[in-house]
Amino acid sequence: MSSVDFTWLIGGPQGSGVESGANIFSRVCAEMGYQVFGKREFYSNIKGEHSYFAVRISDQKIHSNVNDVTLMASFDAETIFRHYDEVISGGGIIYDSALEDVTTDKVHTLDAPFRERLHKELESKNKPFSIAGVLEIAKEKGVKLFPVSFKAILEALAEETENPRLKGLVRMFNVIGVSLSLGLVKMPPDSLQKTIGTIFSKKQEIAKINQQTANYSYNYATAKFDEFNYSLTGIQKEPGTLLVQGFQGTALGKMACGCRVQPYYPITPASDESVFLESNEILEIIDDRPGSTAVIQTEDEICAMGMTIGSALTGTRSATCTSGPGFALMTEMLGWAGINEVPVVITNYQRSGPSTGLPTRHGQDDLLFSVFAGHGDFPKIVYASGDVEESFYDTGNVFNYADVFQVPVIHLMDKFIASSVVTCKRFDPSKITINRGKLLDKVEDGYERFAFTEDGISPRSRLGIDNGIFWDTGDESDEKGHITEDPILRVKMMDKRMSRLDLILQEIPDVEKVVSFGIEDYTVITWGSSKGPIIDAIEMLKKEGISIGLVQIKLLHPFPGEYVASLLKDAKTIIDVEANHSAQLGKLFKQNVQRDIDYSILKYTGRAMTSTEVYDSLKKIVENKANKREVLMHGA
Amino acid sequence: MALKMADFKTDVHNDWCPGCGDFGIVNAIQMALAEMGLERDKTAIFSGIGCSGKTSHYINTYGVHTLHGRVLTFAQGAKIANPEMTIVAVGGDGDGLGIGAGHFVAAGRRNVNMTYIIFDNGVYGLTKGQASPTLKLGEQTKSLPSPNTNYNVNPIGLAVASGFTFVARGYSYDVRHLKDLIIQAVNHKGLSFLDVLQPCPTYNDLNTRDWYAGTDLMDEAQKRHSRIYKLEDHGYDPVVHFNEEAEVNERLTQALIKSLEWGNKIPTGVFYKNEIITPYTVRLRDKVPNYLENPPAKQNISKNGISNTDISHILDSLEV
Repeated sequence: MSSVDFTWLIGGPQGSGVESGANIFSRVCAEMGYQVFGKREFYSNIKGEHSYFAVRISDQKIHSNVNDVTLMASFDAETIFRHYDEVISGGGIIYDSALEDVTTDKVHTLDAPFRERLHKELESKNKPFSIAGVLEIAKEKGVKLFPVSFKAILEALAEETENPRLKGLVRMFNVIGVSLSLGLVKMPPDSLQKTIGTIFSKKQEIAKINQQTANYSYNYATAKFDEFNYSLTGIQKEPGTLLVQGFQGTALGKMACGCRVQPYYPITPASDESVFLESNEILEIIDDRPGSTAVIQTEDEICAMGMTIGSALTGTRSATCTSGPGFALMTEMLGWAGINEVPVVITNYQRSGPSTGLPTRHGQDDLLFSVFAGHGDFPKIVYASGDVEESFYDTGNVFNYADVFQVPVIHLMDKFIASSVVTCKRFDPSKITINRGKLLDKVEDGYERFAFTEDGISPRSRLGIDNGIFWDTGDESDEKGHITEDPILRVKMMDKRMSRLDLILQEIPDVEKVVSFGIEDYTVITWGSSKGPIIDAIEMLKKEGISIGLVQIKLLHPFPGEYVASLLKDAKTIIDVEANHSAQLGKLFKQNVQRDIDYSILKYTGRAMTSTEVYDSLKKIVENKANKREVLMHGA
Repeated sequence: MALKMADFKTDVHNDWCPGCGDFGIVNAIQMALAEMGLERDKTAIFSGIGCSGKTSHYINTYGVHTLHGRVLTFAQGAKIANPEMTIVAVGGDGDGLGIGAGHFVAAGRRNVNMTYIIFDNGVYGLTKGQASPTLKLGEQTKSLPSPNTNYNVNPIGLAVASGFTFVARGYSYDVRHLKDLIIQAVNHKGLSFLDVLQPCPTYNDLNTRDWYAGTDLMDEAQKRHSRIYKLEDHGYDPVVHFNEEAEVNERLTQALIKSLEWGNKIPTGVFYKNEIITPYTVRLRDKVPNYLENPPAKQNISKNGISNTDISHILDSLEV
C-alpha cells in the first residue's frame, strides 16, 4: 500500500491572501477524501510581515505537522529565504521567476538574527546572498524547481478573458500559487472550481475571476511543468468529515451546551472564538422558539469576567474566552467566583508568555498559573483538551462540572489548536448532556444559599426567582451569604468549599480525567495539544518495532494523582512532553504522584511541535543517547 | 400586597459609624423601592467594596457584594442575562471613580438599563481616610500626612461625557429628595447615575454636615445659608426633548457647566436626562429580535438532559 504523506507550504506577507490560499488548498484536499492537518504561523502584525501555512495531507488519520515540506508555493522572496531548506529532496518549489535576482538586503522584513544565520549558511556553501543562491542549494539537494512568471500568467489571462483589469491584480497571486500546485500534483480540477465557488458563494463576481485564474493556472502547470514525483488524485471520502478551524470546537460546544452569555475582550488567539459565536448569535432550538447567545465585547478582561459572573448568578450558563494576559487580569474575580460558588467557564487559549511574550505564537505556558490562580484557597477545576474534536465534547463536560460542583472551571486550549485547520469526524451534539446540578427552579421559604449539606454542595438559587433571595460577598459569609468573621463558622465554610476537590476527583469518571493510549516501559505523559505530535511520533516508532506508551492528562486540577500513579505503575521510564520552559506538568506530576520524571521533551520557540522532532527525541531516549531535558527547535 | 419600607430591611447589624451619611442613602433606597412597589425577588442591589459595599447586606432584596471597582461589571452582566431584574449598583467614589473609572466610562457608553449610586465623601473610609478621587487638590482631611496632590474628578461631568443618560446629584441628609431622585433614576430607561454627597464624620473633617449646611457662612442676620440647592427650584430643565444636535449639545453643555459649581453653592437634582439614546438591552433586541421575551436567563437549554440546540446547519457548512 502506497501511503500518502504530503506537506504543502504557502507563504507571503501578512494580508496577501496566504490564509485564503491555504483554505482553498485544504478544502480541495478534504473534498478529495484526504485527511488534512494545517497550521498557520503569523507575526503580531497586520500587513507585511511573513506568514505561512503548512498543510499536511494524508490518506491516514494524522494529528500533527512534520518537518518535511513536499511542495512549496511562493510568490514572495521572503518565503523562499525562510523555507527553502525545509523542502525535501524530490520535493518541489513553485516560485515567481521574477524573484530570482532578489538579494537578502532587499527584504526588509528579514530580521537580523535570521539574516545572519542565512548569510552564514550561504557563505559556507559559497552562494550569493540571493534567491538564486538559496535555490541553487535546494537544487543541489535534489529539489525540483518550477519557475513561473506570475505576472505573465495574469497578463495572458487578462488577454484571454478580455479583462485588462486582471493584469495588475497581484491579489490573485495566492490563487495562482494554489492552482499551479494542484495542477502539478494532478488533483482533479473540478474540486478546485467547486471549492472556489463555495468559498466565494456570496460574491459571484469575485468567484468568477478566481475561477478563471485558477483554471488558467491549473492548465498552465499541467502543460508547462516537468514531471513531479507526487500526485494526489483523490481517495474515497469518509462520510461525515468536517474541515474545521481549531477555535470552532469550543464555540460550537458552547452553543450546543447552552452557554448563553459570553463577554470577552479582544486578544489573540482567543477572539476568533467569540467572533464566531457572535456571527451565529441566533440559535435554532429543537421544538422551541429561537435562542441566542449574548456576546458582549467589554472594555477589558476584568469586565468580561465580572459580567460572566453576574450573568451566571441569574442561572445562565456563562463563559468568557481569553488568553494568558487576559486571564491574569481575571484572577481576583476568579477568587470571588470561588468563594461564592459561582459556576463559570473561562476558556483560555494559551500563547507564549511571559507578559506579551510571543503574542501570536504557541505555548502551553499557563498550566501552573491556572492551577494556582487567585489569592487564598478556593476550589476550581483546570481542564485541558488535546485537539479540536475533543474540545467540542469537553466544552459540554466543563459546563456540567461547573454546574454540578459550583466552581469556576478553567478550560485550557492553546494557539496551536486555535490556528490549525483539520479534518475530523462530524461533531455529534446528541452526545452533549446537560447537568445543571443543584440549580433550583423553585425555592421554598427559609432558603439559605450556603446551607451546609451532606455532600458540601448547597442548592443554588438564581437572581430573580421567588423566595430565592440570597446574598453574595467576597468576604467570608454565613449560610445566608452575610459577612462573618466568626472563627468557627469560617472554618466550617472553608472546609465545606474545599471538600469539593475530593468530591470532584470522586465524581468525574476516570475516562474524562485521563486518556491512556497504552502503557509501555517507556511512557509519555502530556496534556493539551502536544498530544497530536506525540501520537504521530509513537506511530512512526511503532513501525520500527519500538513501543512507547502515552497518557494524556485532561483533569489537571484537582490532580488525579492516585489514578495516574496506578496507571503508570508498570511504566519504567516516564517522559514528560509539553510546550513550555519549566516542564509544568512534570512539576504537578512530581507533587501529586511522588515520582520523578525521567526525561522532559520541551519546546518554547513559540512554534508547535512537529511529530518529526518528537520522534527524534523519543528515539534518542530509547537509544539512551538523550539529555534529561530535550529542547525542540524546529520551525520558522 | 404592597411592601413597606420595613420589608426592605434586613436584620443584619449595621456597623457604619454613628452619624455616617450612608444611613440616609440606604434609607432612601429602601423608601424608594417600597414606594415604587418593586418586588423583592425581582430586585438586586450590587455593591462594591468599602463602607458603602455593605449596603447590599442591609437591604432585603437579592444582594451581591462584589469587588473593589468592579460593581458595574457584575451588575451589567446580570441585567443583560435577565433584563426583567431591577438593578441598583452602589459604591464609593474611590471604588467607582478611582479603581473603577474605566468601567464607569465604558458603562456610560453601553447605557444598560439600571442605576448606579456613588456614595461620594472624598475619602477612603474603611482604610482610615486616605484621599479619594473627589477630594480637591491641596485639601487635607484629617488623616492625610500632607495636602492632597491630585486634582479631583468631576463625577457629574465625567458621567455626562461618558454617555450616562440620566445624571443627578443628591445629598444624604435630604433623604426625601434623595428618595425622589432614586425613583426617577430607577424609572429612567437607560443607565442612570446618582452622585450622592455623603459626609464621612470620621475622616472627612472638611466637607462635614455643618459645612454642607453652611454654618460657616452664617452671618448674624441670616439664620441659615445651606450650600446645597436644588436645580429644579431654579427652573433648570435637564431633559433632551428632541433628537437634534443643537438640542443635545445645549443640554450636555448646560449640565457640564452646572457640574463645575462648587464652594458656596452646590447644585443637586437632575443635571441631564436623555431617553432618546437607546438602552443596551434595546440594542441587543435590534440584533436578536426575541431577546427581551427570551433572554439568556429564560432560555431552555436541554430536553431530557440532552442539548436541544440545533447546530446542524453550521456543521453542514463545515462538512466536506
